[in-house]
Amino acid sequence: MKIRPLVILPLVFVFALFALFGYALLSGVDPKEVPSALTGKALPGFQLASLQDENTVITREEIIGEPMLMNIWATWCSSCKYEHPVLNALSADGVKIIGINYKDERDLALKWLQDYADPYALDIYDPNGDLGFDLGVTGAPETFFIDSKGQVQYRYQGPITHEIWQQSLKAIYDEMV
Amino acid sequence: MNPKRKQRLILILLGVCGLTVAVFLVIFALRQNLNYFFTPLEISNGAAPSEQVIRAGGMVLPGSIAREDGSLVVNFKVTDYAAIIDVKYDGILPDLFEEGQGVVVIGKLDDNGLLTADSVLAKHDETYMPPEVTHALEQAEKAAK
Amino acid sequence: MFPEFGQFSLILAWVFSLLLAVMPLAGVVLKKQALQQTATALSWAVFFFLAVAFAILLHAFYHDDFSVAVVAANSNSALPWYYKLSASWGNHEGSMLLWVLLLSTWTVAVALFARTLTVELKGSVLGVLGIIAFCFLSFVLFTSNPFERILPMVPADGSDLNPLLQDIGLILHPPTLYMGYVGFSVAFAFAVGALITGRFDASWVRWSRPWTNTAWAFLTIGIALGSWWAYYELGWGGWWFWDPVENASFMPWLIGTALIHSQAVTEKRNLFKSWSVLLAIFAFSFSLLGTFLVRSGVLTSVHAFAADPERGMFILLILGFTIGGSLLLYAFNAAKIKTSGSFELVSRESFLLMNNILLVVIAFAVLFGTLLPLLADAFSWRKLSVGAPFFNSVFNFLMVFLLSLLGIGQLLRWKKHNKKGWRITLLIMLVSAVVIALILPWTLSGKLYWQVWLGMALVFWVVASLVNMVIERTRNSRSFIAGIRKAGVGFWGMWLAHLGLVVSTTGVVLVSNFDIEKDYRVEEGDSVQLNNYRFDVDRFQIIQGPNYVADRGVVSIYRDDKKVAEVNPEKRYYSVQGNVMTEAGIDGSLLRDLYVSMAEPLDDSRKVWSVRLQVKPFVSWLWWGAALMALGSIVSITDRRYRLKTSSASVEKTL
Repeated sequence: MKIRPLVILPLVFVFALFALFGYALLSGVDPKEVPSALTGKALPGFQLASLQDENTVITREEIIGEPMLMNIWATWCSSCKYEHPVLNALSADGVKIIGINYKDERDLALKWLQDYADPYALDIYDPNGDLGFDLGVTGAPETFFIDSKGQVQYRYQGPITHEIWQQSLKAIYDEMV
Repeated sequence: MNPKRKQRLILILLGVCGLTVAVFLVIFALRQNLNYFFTPLEISNGAAPSEQVIRAGGMVLPGSIAREDGSLVVNFKVTDYAAIIDVKYDGILPDLFEEGQGVVVIGKLDDNGLLTADSVLAKHDETYMPPEVTHALEQAEKAAK
Repeated sequence: MFPEFGQFSLILAWVFSLLLAVMPLAGVVLKKQALQQTATALSWAVFFFLAVAFAILLHAFYHDDFSVAVVAANSNSALPWYYKLSASWGNHEGSMLLWVLLLSTWTVAVALFARTLTVELKGSVLGVLGIIAFCFLSFVLFTSNPFERILPMVPADGSDLNPLLQDIGLILHPPTLYMGYVGFSVAFAFAVGALITGRFDASWVRWSRPWTNTAWAFLTIGIALGSWWAYYELGWGGWWFWDPVENASFMPWLIGTALIHSQAVTEKRNLFKSWSVLLAIFAFSFSLLGTFLVRSGVLTSVHAFAADPERGMFILLILGFTIGGSLLLYAFNAAKIKTSGSFELVSRESFLLMNNILLVVIAFAVLFGTLLPLLADAFSWRKLSVGAPFFNSVFNFLMVFLLSLLGIGQLLRWKKHNKKGWRITLLIMLVSAVVIALILPWTLSGKLYWQVWLGMALVFWVVASLVNMVIERTRNSRSFIAGIRKAGVGFWGMWLAHLGLVVSTTGVVLVSNFDIEKDYRVEEGDSVQLNNYRFDVDRFQIIQGPNYVADRGVVSIYRDDKKVAEVNPEKRYYSVQGNVMTEAGIDGSLLRDLYVSMAEPLDDSRKVWSVRLQVKPFVSWLWWGAALMALGSIVSITDRRYRLKTSSASVEKTL
């Protein structure tokens, strides 16, 4: 069988392209990511009301002490609805999850928790996104992994699914415990 | 020269011409139109060139948005939690531009470290959407440049 | 129970697609006719079960079955029924299902219309389409199942559809675009079928040409719809942004355009055979690449579809398999393709060849610009982005050559142009084009830019050439009408499509250069003069819409103190999702659009606003041109020779 060298060219080109894509996918390159300076640093301080009771003030010092997830959520965020059952399951498995209700309305948020069950050990009401800003939140949902010393170990953007939890996030959580 | 030879020669010549022109064109066009991305920290460290269009990204610092009366000029600060830069923009801001929101500004730096933006892109607070949708929203934000 | 039936139906479709992928091709290899003949029935089976599955998904959306995850995440009981239905493809899972359904629609269309094909070729073509269907059905089933339930906690209502998407333009845009993408799979399958069977006579091209043209027409309309939607719905008057998602649809369009032209040469002159096969492979490969780029998240942000790289990896594997496999087949079999015949430098062949080179170069330049940021990331250079000016300068520069060549090329004859006096004709065309382009814009606008001059000279150059073509065709006929009839639909299809190109080019040149856009700070009673137009801001009021509150401006537009339009731009606030939307006030006409958008209130009384005023000459020509191109493409396939039954006989002869 005779093969002309010229006809191999497209194949080589495509191969190079695929190598690039494969690399980009595996290394998780995100061309639009704004670098976050928070990972590995301490959770910033805050002083915000609880979602359930506006007179109860929650501070950083009150919540740290054991490993936990800090989940940014809102009722306007459709992916949060998608993520919610997963959080319920995690909470049932004994994972401590603190909710930050982000740029939302209290009534809507409370009704949501009533309708879809409440996976949060505590829920912080952050209507102006102050804490969200300090955390460098770019959207909802986002989840921060915080160890017992109050250090941010990891930040996950987007809804957590069972698969992602099993594949990668669980290991990060287990390391903190 | 037999017709077949001649034909092949035409083919190869055309191909080579096309390719050469294309490569030169691409290199030429790229030289002026590549926008490098810098973080506020890099900019404040002097790593970013002035007099060249760059992109900078970060969060709009709460309380930093100041409008000038009687015009559309707006000043604000952008931070990556490590450094803060000043941005000046004359024009229409995207709908999603807000304090505490992620933002990408494209423009030139002056010697005092003030970034004069030609366009401001805001990031949106939604997740997990189909690409056509994300695309649409991004266009909406981009459009106001 | 319904969603489970959908799931079941999907699995059946998957099984049948596997059979379709294996049996006919095995028949080709083993030279067993009976196996090859199973292709038609299997194609219908795949189509049937996919149609059932999609119908069930539509049903779930229509009846607000929020136990289905995609319904809960993308629909809402308050939506009108048509937005509920269109929401079914406004998400990743549903749109992938639609993608595969369209693929199988094309497959059964081939099975229906290609009765005259040899059993062997038909078996291979349908088999190749079956392989693609199987790959993507696996993708849907294993990574993006649209029928996944969220049980036991069923939400009471779904989240809303983004108001930007509650629009006719976006209902139609994705399916049309997919029809185009997927349609190139037919040309691809024909090319691969030819590689498998080893028969490269002109007949495979004759069979695949109508399919290529149809797919290309859909893609053209799809791209135009997207651009038009962006223009009127996003509120800022932009119509093309050169961003990755747009480029993903534009690259297959460019390659598809090249393919249409090279297939013409292959069919008529039996030349460029190997090149046509390669282009057919590339046209579909670029469509797949588009799907990959958009859905894997390598170019868009993490906030796009595939937050998990698994999906991206899956598509990449499919791409590697189909593109790599077909190119490998090509590398081994291309040497078997024998080309005979020759042509002179001044002939239609050589000009079509130049057209092909230019189009492919543009496509690869766009690819390069799109992927450069990714490349920079992969090699850990500094993060960078490639701005729209890069694409504009490369594209415009090459388009100058393309249009110049088009003006000559479409007049030339095949093989060798030996008509007397053609140089004089060209000279007359050239001079008239240059002079008209110099005079016309100057008298109309009083301004002269070299870009406008060049652009319009090219436009008039091609127009002169188009006129010349009609004269040539009708000169020797009894009457003008008889000449027009005699020219045939193939000719008129080409003529219309090229006219469409000219119309779009006119739009691009004029709107890019004479477009006026200014931002103002205005109060009630203010009056702003923009060239010939005076914009009077009558008042700002607050209105209550069905699911939003809006600030509305009432702006009267005068020309020479005569009122020409009143527009009502709005700034809408959708309370449920917290969306803000800019609804532009547009007064459209054939020669110009007046475009007013409200940006933001500058004081608390909401009576002082920053607004953007725009006068956009000839902007609608962009989309009319695209419509003409698509129409031309469709007209040309009504040619009788594509339906003649003689083709199988001619195959027997060439064997």
